Amino acid sequence: MASIDIANIQKSYGSHPVLHDVDLAIRDGEFVVLVGPSGCGKSTLLRMIAGLESVTAGEIRIAGKRVNELAPKDRDIAMVFQSYALYPHMSVARNMSYSLRLRKTPKGKILQVVAGAAAKLGLEPLLERRPRALSGGQRQRVAMGRAIVRQPKAFLFDEPLSNLDARLREQMRAEIKKLHKDLGATSIYVTHDQIEAMTLADRIVAMNAGVVQQVGSPLDLYDRPANLFVAGFIGSPGMNFFEGRYHAGERPRLEIAGGVGIPLETPAPIAEGDFTTLGIRPEHVVLAGHGPETLLANVDLVEPTGFGIILHLSLGGSSFKAFTHERSFLTASGTVPVRFPDHSLHFFGQDGKRI
Amino acid sequence: MRAKPLLVTIAHRLAILAYIAFALFPLFWLLKVAVTPNDLLYSEGIRLWPSRASLEHFDFVLRHSAFPVFFRNSLIVSGSTAVVVTVLASLSGYALSRFRFRGKYWLVTLMLLTQMFPLVMLVAPIFKILSPMGLTNSLTGLVIVYSAFNVPFATFLMQSFFDGIPRDLEEAAMIDGATQFVAFRQIILPLTLPGIAATLGFVFTAAWSELLFALMLISGNEQATFPVGLLSFVSKFSVDFGQMMAAGVLALIPACLFFLLIQRYLVQGLTAGAVKG
Repeated sequence: MASIDIANIQKSYGSHPVLHDVDLAIRDGEFVVLVGPSGCGKSTLLRMIAGLESVTAGEIRIAGKRVNELAPKDRDIAMVFQSYALYPHMSVARNMSYSLRLRKTPKGKILQVVAGAAAKLGLEPLLERRPRALSGGQRQRVAMGRAIVRQPKAFLFDEPLSNLDARLREQMRAEIKKLHKDLGATSIYVTHDQIEAMTLADRIVAMNAGVVQQVGSPLDLYDRPANLFVAGFIGSPGMNFFEGRYHAGERPRLEIAGGVGIPLETPAPIAEGDFTTLGIRPEHVVLAGHGPETLLANVDLVEPTGFGIILHLSLGGSSFKAFTHERSFLTASGTVPVRFPDHSLHFFGQDGKRI
Repeated sequence: MRAKPLLVTIAHRLAILAYIAFALFPLFWLLKVAVTPNDLLYSEGIRLWPSRASLEHFDFVLRHSAFPVFFRNSLIVSGSTAVVVTVLASLSGYALSRFRFRGKYWLVTLMLLTQMFPLVMLVAPIFKILSPMGLTNSLTGLVIVYSAFNVPFATFLMQSFFDGIPRDLEEAAMIDGATQFVAFRQIILPLTLPGIAATLGFVFTAAWSELLFALMLISGNEQATFPVGLLSFVSKFSVDFGQMMAAGVLALIPACLFFLLIQRYLVQGLTAGAVKG
């Protein structure tokens, strides 16, 4: 187990930069999730830590030791690939023991470690099978088994659940979390799925276009997104945004498109007349009246999910969503009253940063 | 609904049958002439099978001609060429498939360029080069020339097989603790066995049936390969078709055996199950 320090890391392919100055300190035993849309550089960063991509500038340290120039095999890390990357010509047991055999571990010890890992992952009946005779979930487990037999300094996961169906993904997600609890190993996990990020991470690193947008605990990112990107990326359905001009005064409000004024209960920390983006999560929209200034939103679409109902609404041409557990809204039509409580509002400046 | 597919199936099978008959007929004729005794060869007219078949030509070829020597020479030359070319092509094909290096584009172009010239043009210069080194009239010389001409194509062939193997596999091996070469040897190479078999087979047959260079670089029966040796059945006044065909049938045997040995790899998809499938 070890800490991983990433200092001012840059990566370019030719003259095309893909990672800009990434700084990240990962503590011993921490579970860090790199999350972002495809092409944001999260996988590249992971592969640089693994030693599969060269580092253009900056320094990576594992357990305090600079590893920039080390080959993957000398970094003592394990990685789980999205494609599983099992060796097709080896049995499950030999797949799992390959790293140990390369290190000339004594046979008895190998048997013992593989048996231990197989027991932990429920792979005992499959040990003599070839990968092609396994289901997707089983292959995924073997890939994890291959990673844990060696007790490496850190685990790297590259979108390990992307190839599984939804139910299996949920199950494996819980297993990974349990495994991390058991082993307490430093883990870096790459995903584009914000739910995986929220459920697994001790800390999330949200990335976009090669730049780290925010680092924090899952609830930090959910409650206090640092900018519009994080606000929109974390949470499902995504946060609603209204762009408009702020009017202070007796009854502060936000003037949005279509001449609609969204009343604010308390003054916002914004100068009179400034343009701003207001964000509110669908689950925080209150579907009820608000005294004399009740806003009425048009109901465009009703999506029942079973768990709740997603209402597609619009205010003066700006569409937004609201999430409710109230089943009476299943038959909502025409207009509904809406209210945006102050404590769930997020304000973003014109540069996209949180105010 | 059932009648039409049946008709289509029959037509389909008939077409295949016709093709097979067409493709294999020369081989059948080879066998037919080989078992026809000399006295019946010209006297019976055109028949599908002689009225009396005998193995006398085979007996003669094996016991009284230099054919066993030709055969051994061919086996040595083709086998060595196949092994040398496959080893070189595996390494270079892997490099072309996996590495980015300076001059790669030019190297590939150059290799393609070598495939563009008719070999006849090169006979004289190659003779000039090999002669002072004592490599004419030698099996080693032939192996060198055949290898040189087969490596480019075999490299491209191997490269396409390596391209078909996911990079994740060797990356996983390298993280597991292997160097790139160990990953190549223990993970990638076993998965490329079908490709290696195909390359071996291709090069072996190419060298086995090569005539031009063998004819130009070899003189005398001692070092002659089997295609050259076949010409020795042509004498000034006659062609001994029976013995020539018998030698031809015998020469087919190693090629057939070779393909029997490797056909299991040719048809096997070994990479199934490596990545999500």
